[in-house]
Amino acid sequence: MSLKLQGELQRPGTDGFHLEFDLDLPATGITAICGPSGCGKTTLLRCVAGLEPTFAGTVRVGPCVWQDQQTHRPLHKRALGYVFQNGELFPHLDVAGNLRFAWDRTPDSSRRVPWDEVIDLLRLADLMNRDVAQLSGGERQRVALGRALLKSPDLLVLDEPLTALDRETRRGIYPLLERMRDQLAIPMLYVTHMVDEAARLADRLVLMDKGRVTNQGPLVEMLTSPTPGLAHGEDAGAVVSAIVGALDDTYHLARLDFPGGNLQVSDRGLALGATARARIQARDVSLALAPSTGTSILNILPAEVIDLLPDDRARVLVRLRIGQTVLLASVTRRSAQTLDLAPGCKIWAQIKSVAIL
Amino acid sequence: MTLDAQDLTALWLTLKLALVSTLVLLVIGTPLGWWLATTRRRMRPLVDAMVSLPLVLPPTVLGFYLLLLLGPRGPIGQLMTTLGGQPLAFTFAGLVIGSVVYSLPFVVQPIRDGFLSVGPGPMEAAATLGAGPRDRFFKVALPLARRGFLTAATLGFAHTLGEFGVVLMIGGNIPGETRVLSIAIYDHVETLAYGQAHLMSAGLLLLSFGLLLVVHLVNRRYSGVRT
Repeated sequence: MSLKLQGELQRPGTDGFHLEFDLDLPATGITAICGPSGCGKTTLLRCVAGLEPTFAGTVRVGPCVWQDQQTHRPLHKRALGYVFQNGELFPHLDVAGNLRFAWDRTPDSSRRVPWDEVIDLLRLADLMNRDVAQLSGGERQRVALGRALLKSPDLLVLDEPLTALDRETRRGIYPLLERMRDQLAIPMLYVTHMVDEAARLADRLVLMDKGRVTNQGPLVEMLTSPTPGLAHGEDAGAVVSAIVGALDDTYHLARLDFPGGNLQVSDRGLALGATARARIQARDVSLALAPSTGTSILNILPAEVIDLLPDDRARVLVRLRIGQTVLLASVTRRSAQTLDLAPGCKIWAQIKSVAIL
Repeated sequence: MTLDAQDLTALWLTLKLALVSTLVLLVIGTPLGWWLATTRRRMRPLVDAMVSLPLVLPPTVLGFYLLLLLGPRGPIGQLMTTLGGQPLAFTFAGLVIGSVVYSLPFVVQPIRDGFLSVGPGPMEAAATLGAGPRDRFFKVALPLARRGFLTAATLGFAHTLGEFGVVLMIGGNIPGETRVLSIAIYDHVETLAYGQAHLMSAGLLLLSFGLLLVVHLVNRRYSGVRT
């Protein structure tokens, strides 16, 4: 199974917006599409869905051709789930009516996602008879997700579904999206401009700018790839895939084992043996020539410098290898000079904080 | 000072005319309003202007041309005669045609605005959920534009109730056929029967006010719920 998304769109009018893409993606997991606003990521989703009549190209989902030179399957005949930024719930129907709208229009033969599973997974049972105007932002988006899933789509596209929500509400919905990803095996295209969101959810990353795809690949590699990726500025950071190797009940710490080392993190309800994603931001990693003692920092790991990337006038990003894992450290140019950092240097990485995603 | 049989007939005829015209207008106004709300064709402003014309034209002008069209020598009148019927001028059917033209903007514009207020979002969402064009229209666009339809029906009805000039031109004053309320009031004033004119005028005033009040109350209630 794979997704083939290729084509171009020229918006009529004077703004001259031009979108062009050619993507071959595995039809599994979450592919995050990131980029600055106006780069065309929402329009890309609309092209895939069939909402842009002037789009010319190929859209193939597994064996199904939705669009190519001969065919153009209309939107309502595509096995597609679309979650809009504002949810687009129907105000004249209650929550149950919105969900049934999708369910009733899905033929029995293509129903693969059971009604009860969606209600249970997204905790919708208590909302059923509510008027959509009375839902909170988070509840709206849960209903919108459920409505899209009840169509049993072959592909789920999500257009910044959590952008309008506050941080706490977003954090409440991430686990639901992860369960959707793990339980339902529906590939998702997830548009977001928030790098931390992509880092948390995505398996693959597609970066866009000015209507073009600038880079793409597996998330872990992409986050630390030198050109042109996300290894810049405030958002720079690496994601480490780890397994919870040990739990310490005295200090409530968990040991995360990853290829090449381990990290001690505060245990906020991790299960032994579970997989966990840890995000380590470049600004939280400092470098030392010798392992320091008498410090509150728990995680001090031996590393090798891969290379140095200029970040801005005052700072550089240092790419580090710890075993097979790549981390980023943000240091001043002056420190880099003082420590005489160069590719191949052996050094100690002091990790001030680790975010469990 | 009570209403005599002739006045009651006029009242009944007026209500019948308003009701039939409103129904005809809703049937014509729904596709027309939808077209005006969704088309990207260049001729849309032209159609918009034609629909709005009865807002500004004196009813006598409308009535005059309708009389020329529908009368025995007019093209439609002659067609009717050829088909074995009678010319439509000075008949109830003729009055309905006149009323429909006269009240067209009062029905088409609220329906068009109702469809415009739905916007593309819910229609696109419905398409992604598997609803085809007809399904989307009946299950999403129509229910979401219901305020526009309520306004359209009420305004169309109330406006037809008060029509005078068009009726005078193409309907005349035939009791039970074309003598509607406004003509009856005119007759009473002509014969200095101010009492009866007063009674009927006040009745029409209150009825029209009541209908408009309902529209505004319902609109306020809906807008409260939707925000």
